[in-house]
Amino acid sequence: MHVQFLWWEECPSHPEAWQRLQRVLAELQIGAQVEQVQIRTEDEARRWRFPGSPTILIDGEDIDPQSEPSYRLTCRLYFREDGRPSPLPSEAMIRRAILKASRRE
Amino acid sequence: MLDVGQKGPQFSLPAVDGQTYALADLLNKHKAVVVIFSCNHCPYVRAWEDRMIDIQRDYQDKDAILVAINSNDAKRYPEDSFARMQDRAREKGFNFPYLHDETQKIARAYDATHTPHVFLLDAEGVLRYRGAIDDNYDEPGAVQHHYLRDALDAVLVGESPEITITGAVGCTIKWKA
Repeated sequence: MHVQFLWWEECPSHPEAWQRLQRVLAELQIGAQVEQVQIRTEDEARRWRFPGSPTILIDGEDIDPQSEPSYRLTCRLYFREDGRPSPLPSEAMIRRAILKASRRE
Repeated sequence: MLDVGQKGPQFSLPAVDGQTYALADLLNKHKAVVVIFSCNHCPYVRAWEDRMIDIQRDYQDKDAILVAINSNDAKRYPEDSFARMQDRAREKGFNFPYLHDETQKIARAYDATHTPHVFLLDAEGVLRYRGAIDDNYDEPGAVQHHYLRDALDAVLVGESPEITITGAVGCTIKWKA
């Protein structure tokens, strides 16, 4: 499994999101190749198809696919299981995506 | 940086309700004015939005008013345009004025850096608190320090807030190139 963690420095949620990802990987005992990718420019945002920070890709697939994303330097909006908006992906969302990818392997 | 103890810069800005709001008028009618630099697109604003509505609801009868100001560059962030501000205010049922700082002059005058970024002014227009709304954007039920509410409670009885400065947490203001 290849996990890519894409982040932008100006958005302060990435350290907590990174910790959540690490916690879920440890809990599921998934051996994954994990890569951090810092997005620095609008060009990089477009090239990486980066809809905002943080973004987590598992085997190239966004853990929270968007219907009409725009690719740019911004903080990313997620929705928690209870429907509340958040700048962070929930651990449940990360867990679901990792388990889905592990079933494909 | 606008320091606590200094006067908040004057503004007169259009709002989504079709009116123009001037700080001088707001200060004439209220004991405290909460200026929050805000926007539509930022997930931190979204996470705190309901709490902004709650604060306006809880303090309007105590002669305080909250005003949100969006200064973001709508060219690069189209969801922060005036039309989209009107949509957002309608969708969420904002009970506070939502103002548009298209030239970004007011954000610069306040040295605002993030959305949301709070500036609490007393009846004389003096800055008494700046920073975050509280200490937990993600879990309203886990908030330990209600910075803005505590500062409002103090200012409304003529006292100095215990905490006057905290770090603003959120998205950076999107400046025009």
